[in-house]
Amino acid sequence: MQKITISGFGGQGVLSLGKFISYSAIEQNLNTSWLPSYGPEMRGGTANCSVIYSAEEIAAPVIDHPDILIAFNEPSLDKFEGSVKKGGIIITNSDIVHKATTRKDVKFYQIPVDTLAAAINKRGANVYMLGVLLPIFNGDISEEAAIHAVEHVFESKPKVIPSNIECLKAGIEYMKKLVK
Amino acid sequence: MKKLWKGNEAIAEAAVAAGCRYFFGYPITPQNEIPEYLSWRLPEVGGAFIQAESEVSAINMLYGAAGAGARAMTSSSSPGISLKQEGISYIAAAELPCVIVNMMRSGPGLGGIQPAQGDYFQATKGGGHGDYHPIVFAPSSIQEFVDLTYGAFDVADKYRTPVMIIGDGMLGQMMEPAEIPPMRDLKTLPDKNDWAACGHSDGRPRIINSLRIEPDELEAFNEHLFKKYEEITKNETRYEDYLTSDAEIVFVAYGSVARICKAAIVELRAQGIKAGLIRPITLYPYPTEIIAKLAKCDKVKKFVTVEMSMGQMVEDVRLAVNGLKPVEFYGRSGGNVMMPGDLVKYVKEGK
Repeated sequence: MQKITISGFGGQGVLSLGKFISYSAIEQNLNTSWLPSYGPEMRGGTANCSVIYSAEEIAAPVIDHPDILIAFNEPSLDKFEGSVKKGGIIITNSDIVHKATTRKDVKFYQIPVDTLAAAINKRGANVYMLGVLLPIFNGDISEEAAIHAVEHVFESKPKVIPSNIECLKAGIEYMKKLVK
Repeated sequence: MKKLWKGNEAIAEAAVAAGCRYFFGYPITPQNEIPEYLSWRLPEVGGAFIQAESEVSAINMLYGAAGAGARAMTSSSSPGISLKQEGISYIAAAELPCVIVNMMRSGPGLGGIQPAQGDYFQATKGGGHGDYHPIVFAPSSIQEFVDLTYGAFDVADKYRTPVMIIGDGMLGQMMEPAEIPPMRDLKTLPDKNDWAACGHSDGRPRIINSLRIEPDELEAFNEHLFKKYEEITKNETRYEDYLTSDAEIVFVAYGSVARICKAAIVELRAQGIKAGLIRPITLYPYPTEIIAKLAKCDKVKKFVTVEMSMGQMVEDVRLAVNGLKPVEFYGRSGGNVMMPGDLVKYVKEGK
């Protein structure tokens, strides 16, 4: 089971990264829930979602202590870093977030996903981040499942599928080197 | 095959699968995906979607469609449901089957748009004027949204009564895997020709009415209605019992909050505190019996009712417990959602 909080500006693909994880989890026959923020919070510029996958029934769809926080902007890091589980993981988009976490009891990764993805697909940062997550998920979600999820989400825009799959694979390779 | 469904869209597709072909509504957050989905889906299956000029108009269109014998529904969120109450009372008094969805947001007044459960009284105690109750379903997952919506139309037809499905903004907006049951063959839907105003082919006029001006006639009707509610209570009361067999602390919660209680229960049990949950699936009829039975169990020390409100369902829990055990209340309101950790802390520290 993983409880993941994803947060950032609207338009950074925060909500769709969450959906990618949930679609991938379904491909693996796991239970999953995706809970978005909605309303004025989003219109004010920030969006977040809570994503859980588990082999068991998922009780609460809300997350008080995420295993993983993905912060696409600084306000998101400020807002959620304190809630991350001891020994959990914080990942920031270091193209936007220029500071480190104040937490000393978590694993911290600063990844310039905008720059890294831009070499392949300017709009592929969130799919790149999905790739980054797969090695962390430690085999719970296979590359094939994630590819199916990408294909499913972009069903109506088949042209963008190949470059997104490339982003996904690049993200996996990037993280494999870091966690080795 | 399970697919990832958003709560609101799952309700909409489940209604179509159940044979609902007519929807009347007016936009309001956080339930807009229901009308949005049905606006393209219903024409696809030969049905009709109407965005009315107001909630009052929408509920009266539903009254008309139900009176003509159609499978029909409306949906809204709290302030919009308040506007529909006059119509719901009329529908109950005219004994018409239909489905009404309330994806609750925070109140009172125009309130906010975040999740809440402040419409419990309104849903279960009638809501509009006069002596009546709709049947009220309170799903807690997207699959249960689907299953209860699918079944709601049949239950409404069986008793000729409005059925209300209440969720909250969280359940409406979230996504989970769910499987939609097969499309109902419209030929298998119940025949309503003996009462519905669908043309007097046999030369016998049908009258759909809620005006009963003679006191004796109206009293007899009210008695008839309440006999029906007795039968509904006997046949339709539903709840989930989660780990109460050895529980010393029994949570009572419905909808999304019940799931937060479950997460808290897992944590409390890991710390050696035996907690369990009664989750009413029907809020009317209320699962009074199981709560009364647990209140008589020696090992049960207390009940904790948890709601996203200032405390509404807690009154029904107190009625069921009838003074045998303490009934405590934990609530958040305004659109705030309690976390599992809040409930663990409440049980351990009493705050």
